[in-house]
Amino acid sequence: MARIIHIKPITRIEGHASIHIYLDENGYVDNTKVAFKSLRGFEKFVEGKPAEELPRIVSRICGICPWMHHIASNKAVDGCFSVTPSPVGSLLRELMLTIAHVEDKLLHFFFLSGADFLIGSDKDYSVRNIMGLVKEKPELTRKVVKIRHKAKMILDRFSRKAIHPVAGVPGGFIKPLLEDERKEFLATMSEVLDFVLFAMEYAKKEVFPQFNDQLPGLGTITTGFIGMVDKDGALNLYDGNLCLMKPDGTRMEFDPADYTDYLAEKVVPFSYGKFPYAKVWDEGFSLDSDAPKGIYRSNTLARINVAKTISTPRAQAELEMFREQFGRPAQATLLYHYARLIEAVYACERAIEILKEPRITHTNVRAKATPKAGRGVGCVEAPRGTLIHDYTTDGNGLITKANLIVGTTHNLAAINLSVDKASKDLIKDGVYDEAILNKIEMAVRAYDP
Amino acid sequence: MPVKIAGESLNACSGCEISLLDMGENFLKLLEVVQIVHLPLLMDSKHIENLQNAQVLELPKADIGLVSGSIKTRENLQLALAMRESCDFIIGMGTCATHGGIPALANSYTNEQIMTCCFKTDNTDETDRFPTELVPGLLESCHALDEKIKVDFYLPGCPPHPDHLFNLICALEKGEDYVLPEKSVCDNCSAQREGIGEVTNLKRPLELPDWKDSQDLENPDQFKCFIEQGFLCMGPVTRDGCGGDKDLARCITAGMPCRGCYGPIQHQGNQKLGILNALSSNGIDIGSLPEMVSLLRFSGGHGRLRPISLKSRKYK
Repeated sequence: MARIIHIKPITRIEGHASIHIYLDENGYVDNTKVAFKSLRGFEKFVEGKPAEELPRIVSRICGICPWMHHIASNKAVDGCFSVTPSPVGSLLRELMLTIAHVEDKLLHFFFLSGADFLIGSDKDYSVRNIMGLVKEKPELTRKVVKIRHKAKMILDRFSRKAIHPVAGVPGGFIKPLLEDERKEFLATMSEVLDFVLFAMEYAKKEVFPQFNDQLPGLGTITTGFIGMVDKDGALNLYDGNLCLMKPDGTRMEFDPADYTDYLAEKVVPFSYGKFPYAKVWDEGFSLDSDAPKGIYRSNTLARINVAKTISTPRAQAELEMFREQFGRPAQATLLYHYARLIEAVYACERAIEILKEPRITHTNVRAKATPKAGRGVGCVEAPRGTLIHDYTTDGNGLITKANLIVGTTHNLAAINLSVDKASKDLIKDGVYDEAILNKIEMAVRAYDP
Repeated sequence: MPVKIAGESLNACSGCEISLLDMGENFLKLLEVVQIVHLPLLMDSKHIENLQNAQVLELPKADIGLVSGSIKTRENLQLALAMRESCDFIIGMGTCATHGGIPALANSYTNEQIMTCCFKTDNTDETDRFPTELVPGLLESCHALDEKIKVDFYLPGCPPHPDHLFNLICALEKGEDYVLPEKSVCDNCSAQREGIGEVTNLKRPLELPDWKDSQDLENPDQFKCFIEQGFLCMGPVTRDGCGGDKDLARCITAGMPCRGCYGPIQHQGNQKLGILNALSSNGIDIGSLPEMVSLLRFSGGHGRLRPISLKSRKYK
């Protein structure tokens, strides 16, 4: 008899989602749906609010990546008010964003997804988590907790509020960095980099080999990719052009302000999150797993696929090793985890680079902004993908219109396809168990939604 | 037997749960005395549908329930009720749970307006219907937790400071009482206050506040009160505590005026009425506020924010 398997909720992810697997008469997967169940209405309720307040309101979209929303929002308000942010203020924004990337990647790799690999994807749910890791691998876990906390506390110490920050302002940053703080943060970030490099070597031995040996092709699909690059085509998390890559590897770059010429959004009946797709490819949108159309992915694997290079040496060396092994673009979904650690290396190196810039302690951190009518598109890379804030203001600097495309939404179509693939590969003759259902969730977790 | 803790996040952002992790090594200390039995962000405990009634969810039994987020969907409501059923002691964690929080700004609009804004945009392919399949229906309003279930302890904050989370859970584990201070951000702010400021028209926070360099921020007594400078600061009507054990208001020490994230000083307080009063008595013309809805940006639950009816708009 046909039946439906519900996985409610998808766990060890941020946000509210569920998986629904529809089995046919013979117990084979007919189709699957991943429902995204949160609709808070930010785009509506920011209307009428002073634009300069938005960086302090929209950060509440996500408590895991509030810095990215905060900074994308500041950039959008810069655009509305036609203010060019102070170069030092911009660097401070980038510093905060970059360190937030590091702690987030450690959070995801170890706290959220880690247990699937370090405890075991088929172990009991009661131990397959960070609490289990504390018992099973106490030394490593204590170190992770400590290092992540140290990175996070840089954000807290300097900006005073690490979750839902307030220190970015239209025109730059609220306060300058003091020399003592610079030295202290530099020492901390060097320690964090050492740990991330250790984590990379550890993962190469203990985690990445499992992708092929135990979980071959889990949730792997073939899609395009999107990510931000600098003027040389190198990975950039803070500023630059967006690069859209077709499944065959051909790339096109565009200014984020022109995103509506390249991307469109699709409403699907089972999700409050809309599904963006590559309109510029002129093939429309289809979730048909045999012939998907218009679908691209964002987040770590996407970014390292679209980037020609990475500007920092250690991360570039890791990227070269990765490409040698998996080619470009790499499509295996679990490789998101590998790419996550490569990006963590980059983010540490980049933070150190910024902290070594002589001008970073200059006090000219903020350019004057004046409320006015305008439009601004603020774009940064969030851990979960390309983040776009698009605001329009009236003459008094109040918001008249806002469109937000948050990181994870770029991946909603891909997550559906990956779940479909994993379910069809793993469920046969109506036979499934908790371990199989967790493996299907692992195809979602790779995207760190 | 360790104290059992369960957690659910409703209409929220997970920031409260991340604040738990931001305890750092204290989180590990906590794990020595408590057992987490349900917390979707960190563990794979699923929602089990009741066999007799599929509308009722069952969750693991726990001594303490940490519920973050407000209630906006039928599923949020179902989970809040299930948490109340399965936990002896419910902590409303974060300002969304205690007062509606930022998502309750949606209460100024109808669901139809929200859906239209989201699903019918210039960049969205035309659609003739809004999502209804597998997604939970929206309630008319975004509710604070105690509008729907009994709450045993209110721990406001966006997010609550990790110190408070740690101290509260440790106190409960030992069977001790824990009381948060009921005073205002101003009561603890040592910025210089001289009386009524000279500014009558509010300044937008796009202008530099009156401070020489960031060292001044380390000593807020070197720093002139934001309201006296003519900036909107919600300090007078906001509960103190955002600085945790250090007891310094976080945004103010960053150089930004308070926006009220710990909610009103007394649970039933009205931050909007309070601040309008405070501004007036400081000689500031409240007509110079660019808008007033966001004075309730953290406490728009409890029916405080409502859609403007079409009728009243017509006669405006």
